[in-house]
Amino acid sequence: MDKFESFSGVAAPMPLVNIDTDMIIPKQFLKTIKRSGLGVNLFAEMRYDDAGNEIPDFVLNKPAYRNAEIIVAGDNFGCGSSREHAPWAIKDFGIKCVISTSFADIFFNNCFKNGILPITLPQEQIDVLMKDAEKGSNARLDIDLENQTVTTSEGESFSFEVDPFRKHCLLEGLDDIGLTMEKAGAIDSFEAQAGQARPWV
Amino acid sequence: MTGKTLYDKIWDAHLVHEAEDGSSLLYIDRHLVHEVTSPQAFEGLRMAGRQVRAPEKTIAVPDHNVPTTEGRDKVIENEDSRIQVEALDRNARDFGINYYPVSDIRQGIVHIVGPEQGWTLPGMTVVCGDSHTATHGAFGALAHGIGTSEVEHVLATQTLIQSKSKNMKVEITGRLAPGVTAKDITMAVIGRTGTAGGTGYVIEYCGEAIRSLSMEGRMTVCNMAIEGGARAGLIAPDQTTFDYVKGRPHAPKGAQWEAAMEWWKTLHSDDDAHWDKVITIPGEEIAPLVTWGTSPEDVLPITDVVPAPESFKGGKADAARRALDYMGLKAGQKLSEIEIDTVFIGSCTNGRIEDLRAAAAILKGKKVKDGMRAMVVPGSGLVRAQAEEEGLAEIFKEAGFEWRLAGCSMCLAMNPDQLAPGERCAATSNRNFEGRQGRGGRTHLMSPAMAAAAAITGHLTDVREIM
Repeated sequence: MDKFESFSGVAAPMPLVNIDTDMIIPKQFLKTIKRSGLGVNLFAEMRYDDAGNEIPDFVLNKPAYRNAEIIVAGDNFGCGSSREHAPWAIKDFGIKCVISTSFADIFFNNCFKNGILPITLPQEQIDVLMKDAEKGSNARLDIDLENQTVTTSEGESFSFEVDPFRKHCLLEGLDDIGLTMEKAGAIDSFEAQAGQARPWV
Repeated sequence: MTGKTLYDKIWDAHLVHEAEDGSSLLYIDRHLVHEVTSPQAFEGLRMAGRQVRAPEKTIAVPDHNVPTTEGRDKVIENEDSRIQVEALDRNARDFGINYYPVSDIRQGIVHIVGPEQGWTLPGMTVVCGDSHTATHGAFGALAHGIGTSEVEHVLATQTLIQSKSKNMKVEITGRLAPGVTAKDITMAVIGRTGTAGGTGYVIEYCGEAIRSLSMEGRMTVCNMAIEGGARAGLIAPDQTTFDYVKGRPHAPKGAQWEAAMEWWKTLHSDDDAHWDKVITIPGEEIAPLVTWGTSPEDVLPITDVVPAPESFKGGKADAARRALDYMGLKAGQKLSEIEIDTVFIGSCTNGRIEDLRAAAAILKGKKVKDGMRAMVVPGSGLVRAQAEEEGLAEIFKEAGFEWRLAGCSMCLAMNPDQLAPGERCAATSNRNFEGRQGRGGRTHLMSPAMAAAAAITGHLTDVREIM
C-alpha cells in the first residue's frame, strides 16, 4: 500500500444522506475477480444514463469535479453491503479522502485497508466544508493526516480524530497481514489454550 | 466491578492480543466464504505465498450470483458469474476448505447454510465477507461482515484487528399481536433508531417478544442489525437455541456437548452489566410494517400513508424527496393502495422454513393476482426439500408462484432474477436501496406473510385483513 501523504485537492460536494455501497458501486460490477479498474463505474447509476452517457448534472461529471480527490458527504456514508469494491472504486477514481458526519462501520474499516482516509467531523464543520466544496475547482481543501487537520480554501482549519494504529498504518503504507503475522506466537498459544477450553470449536 | 454483557464475554474469550493503542487481535472461530467477495482475497494469499491458517474452520458456498433455475449445476450462462463460481470451486479445493458446491443439496445462502449445518454455535466469533453475517448473532455468537482485505487477513491469520464496540440493549417487551412477525420487530427497531443509530454498537436483543421467537425468527431479527448500522446483533442462547443446535452435523456430540452446554449456559448479560444505550419497544405496539422509501429506516405501519418530505429534518428531507421521486409515490397516498407487479419471497432475512410456512398459510387455496410475477427462492437446498415434504411447494405452485432453487437471487439481483426499471416489488429481503433489485426497480420490504398477502391482492395489503 502507498504511504498516505498530506495533499491539497478538489472536494466534490455530495450532501445526500445515507449514500449506500449499492450507489457507490452497483452490483453488476461486483462480478470481477480483480481489485483494479472499478473507477469508471463509481456511482454508475447516478453518473450514467441507460445508454451509458454521462448525466451532466451529476457532481463528478461536472468539469470542476472530474479530478476531485476528496468527497464531502451527507450522514452515514457507505451504509449497506460490505463490498470492498466500494473503496476500490473510490480509490481507482482518484479519491483519497471522504469527509462526513458519520460512516457505516464496515465501509469505514475498508477505507483504511485501501489507503483512503475517512474523516468524521461534526455537522456545523461539514456545513462549512460543503460550502467550500461547492465553489468548484478554485477551492481546494488541505488534508494533513500527520497533524490531523482539514483546512478550507479560506484558511479555516478543523482537527479530526483518528485511531493511532490506523493513522500509523496509513502514513507508513503498512500491510495489516504482515503485522499480524509477527504475532504468530500469540495466535499459536491462544489456539492451544482455547482448544483445551472449547474443544468443540 | 460491574458485570459483563454477553458481547463483553464473547470478546474476552477471543482476545489474542491487546495493544496499548486499544486495537485488539480477535480470534475467529468460523469464517464463511462466498464467491463474490473472496476471489481477490485468495489471489492475495497466492501472491504472498501464504496458506489458509485454519481450513477446517473455513466454510465456502456459492450463493450471490448463482442462477435459481434448473440446470445451473451443468452450466452458468453468465460468463462473469461462472468465472466467480469456478474461482470459488478452485480456491476451496486448492486450500482444502469445507465446501458446498452448487450441485450439493446443502448449498444455499451462506447465512442459512452455516446454522443449518451446525457450523454456527453459541459463543463463537463468526465472520464473512457479507454484511448480513449479523444473522448468526441469533445463536449468541459474535458475528459480523468484513471487507475482502479482512477476508484475506482472516484466511491468513484466523484473526481480525478490531476495536471494541459499545453495548446497546434493545428490549422488545410483551407479546406480538397476530399478523406481526420477527421481520416487523427488526424493521420497527430500524424505524426507531435510523440506519445510523447502531453505528459503533453491538446490539443485544432481549425481552419476552424476543424469547418467544423461534431460531428462524431470531435470525431474521439479527440479520437486519446491520441495517440499523450496528456491527452485530446478539440474542443470548437459551433452550430454544440448544434444541435447534443439537444433532446438527457439525454440532458437538457426547461429552463435548455437555462441556459446551456448561459454557453456553453462562452466555448471558449479567444483571449489573453496563449498557451505553437502551431502547425499549412494547411488542404489542408493533404493527405489520412496510417500507415506503429507499432506506430501510423508511418504515411505517401498513395502515399509514406516504409521508411528506417536509416532515423530516436536515438532509433527510432532501433524501425523502429523492426517494418519493424514485419510488413514484406521492405524499399522503395510502400505503395499502400502492400497486405492485412482483413478489419476492426469500433471502437470508426470510428464506427459512418458517418464512415459507408463514407465506404458504396465507396463500393456501388462493391465487396470485393476474399478471403478476411471484417467486419463492428457498434459502437452501435443504429448506427447499423440507418445504416440498411439508406440501408448501405445492401451495406456492398452485397459487402461481415460481418455485426456485436456493440462492440470494432477487435480494441483490446479481443473478438473472432482477426487476426491470419501474417495476415494483413486495420483497421479504433486507434492502430497498435505489437499484438494489435492478436498475430503476422499486422495492417495498415486509414480512413473508405480508408479501403473500400482496401477491393475492396486487397491492400492499394489511395481512390481518385476510388472515
